[in-house]
Amino acid sequence: MRRELATIAAKAAGQVSRNLGIGGGTALPGLIAEGIDPGIVTDMSSCLGQGSVLVTGTNGKTTTARLIRRVVNKVGLVAIGNREGSNMMRGIAASLAEAAGWQGTIPDAERSMGVFEVDEATLPKVAQVIGPRVVLFTNLFRDQLDRYGEVETVARLWQDAVAAWDNRSTIVLNADDPSVASLQGTASGKLLTFGIDDASLTVGEVEHASDARWCRTCGAELAYSTVFYGHLGHWSCSKCQNRRRAPDVSCSRLVLDRDDMQMTVTTPSGQFEVSLSLTGVYNSYNALAATATAIALGIAPDVTMEGLSGFTAAFGRQERMLIADREVEVILAKNPAGLNQVLNTLVRAGEPMDVIFLLNDDIADGRDISWIWDVDFEMLQGRLRSLSVSGHRSWDMALRLKYAGLSDSPGVNSDTKTALRHALAGTAPGGRLYVIPTYTAMLEARNVLGKWAGKGAFWEGDGG
Amino acid sequence: MKLRLAHLYPRLMNIYGDRGNIISLRRRCEARGIGFEVHDLEPEDAFDASNYNMVFIGGAQDREQQLVADDLIHVKGDAIKSAVEDGMTVLAVCGGYQLMGHYYREAGGRELPGLGVLDIWTAHPGPEARRFIGNVVIEWQESTLVGFENHGGRTYVGKGAQPLGKVVSGFGNNGKDGGEGAIYRNVFGTYLHGSLLPKNPEFADHLIVLALSPENPDVRLEPLDDMVETLAHHEAKSLARKKSLLGIIR
Repeated sequence: MRRELATIAAKAAGQVSRNLGIGGGTALPGLIAEGIDPGIVTDMSSCLGQGSVLVTGTNGKTTTARLIRRVVNKVGLVAIGNREGSNMMRGIAASLAEAAGWQGTIPDAERSMGVFEVDEATLPKVAQVIGPRVVLFTNLFRDQLDRYGEVETVARLWQDAVAAWDNRSTIVLNADDPSVASLQGTASGKLLTFGIDDASLTVGEVEHASDARWCRTCGAELAYSTVFYGHLGHWSCSKCQNRRRAPDVSCSRLVLDRDDMQMTVTTPSGQFEVSLSLTGVYNSYNALAATATAIALGIAPDVTMEGLSGFTAAFGRQERMLIADREVEVILAKNPAGLNQVLNTLVRAGEPMDVIFLLNDDIADGRDISWIWDVDFEMLQGRLRSLSVSGHRSWDMALRLKYAGLSDSPGVNSDTKTALRHALAGTAPGGRLYVIPTYTAMLEARNVLGKWAGKGAFWEGDGG
Repeated sequence: MKLRLAHLYPRLMNIYGDRGNIISLRRRCEARGIGFEVHDLEPEDAFDASNYNMVFIGGAQDREQQLVADDLIHVKGDAIKSAVEDGMTVLAVCGGYQLMGHYYREAGGRELPGLGVLDIWTAHPGPEARRFIGNVVIEWQESTLVGFENHGGRTYVGKGAQPLGKVVSGFGNNGKDGGEGAIYRNVFGTYLHGSLLPKNPEFADHLIVLALSPENPDVRLEPLDDMVETLAHHEAKSLARKKSLLGIIR
């Protein structure tokens, strides 16, 4: 009875808030569901016949969880997932309530699997409640220090959580991230690792924004023969035996193009070629993470590759739309390592670019915007056709770009809609505008751009 | 004329945006034809005061801060202390600021000794205590400084130092006495990052003049076009006030 009431109330609240257009309709229904039935996540997740997968880490949660869901659906199972950004307990409660029928049970529960992205700091609690089949750790970077305190705090939380788990959960780890790989020593259950072997993609040295410079075993400085992204690469301790181990799932060849990439993926059951309509080293990590997770779930690699190859980007992750003969590509970037990866990927394409950065400082973005000084914007020198900024902290961003030697006076408009309109008008027909927002700015930009997509040159009329 | 900056422990102490301070100093010197060089000093590197006219130390996580404290006191300590008495200009932000004081008492009660060039001490009131996080505005001279603070430790200023400024909005040193940062001679300690210097150009220039004047007593900095800097300053100021008003209403 309580379950039914919780589900009904949550579903109704979700409907109302979506109709009113407040948020995606997940936080409130989740809170209501948990309020009426505190055991809702435990009970409903235990009804899922195929168990649950948790995806956590600083970058790549959303894309990787979406990749995994696609693969799970490919084998004829039903993947239940939380919406992007709703990755605390209430978001998971809301997604379970939404998946349930009005009577509070999940239809086709036997064939259903939960694939949830989980906030880094919330992971221990969620894992305790759900008892996951697989937990995937993508990477650990400095992100929202105002919220999490210190990177070290999250690393310790994870260590303690993994040590407390029984051996029923399989743990999937990024072998190239020393902070994540060190969980290997703590885990009692089955373990799978992934990483990149193709050393031709090295960026030379550890980026300024890196965090894991010190050996977690002995405290000495780590040495790198290859760096792919932030502090991800082929690392070894300069003093003790701690070093990257050869991963179970690896990418032995990676070819990055402007809008897609080709990977050769080596798994315990053979080598596979896959072409994805995503690009960037960070996305190849997402694909490897999804492959390793699928293996942990017992899904055959050829089915996995089929699932990966048909994947299309969405929700502000290299999401493209056509607006008045201009292509617009939205790429979310919310921390130094992530934004450096985005810039690296753009620069690799080599063409002169039209770019607009949107910087907000709401709670979901991280209130501290000093991270922009850790981003290597300097790499855009000589690569830009036009440059503009917007968001609540647009002048901070303009200042960073000025000091990066990109423009003494970039176009600044703190109103996102107006700024996007100017940026589009400044992009040549047939050209592409890159929109690079923080999280809440991405929600705002997608909202505006979505209304314009497919329409004519609205800025020449009465304004969109 | 040249600004010769000693950057203490850049690889250990480089949390969120400390690099912005170096970028700002470099830009503001080079735009005026003043030379600029940075000497990165890591653990075990000696501090030779004759090579520098300014020192910068940034923030770090607790783990790194412990590694630094030992080297700071035993390897570089005496040389830095006598340089400070000779008028060396020092900017110490966040964790670096705490290290300039007598000690940092951790949440668990353990005391980490500092260099003691600033008459300040810092104590973390315990793991349950609220962290001081948010936008800050302080009064400084006739003007304001803006930035962002994120610290668990509460800092208290003794008689041998003065607060850098008075808190207009935010928490400051300890959330009680209205002071933020500390000054002794030409040593400036503060919790403000954001980064601090880019959007507080007057303060950046103040430090540059202090650093250059022992060798160039008549130094005058020509004004720069600071429109973007000034607007970023004002944007941060109005956001800090808006958020603190919201806090009161709640």
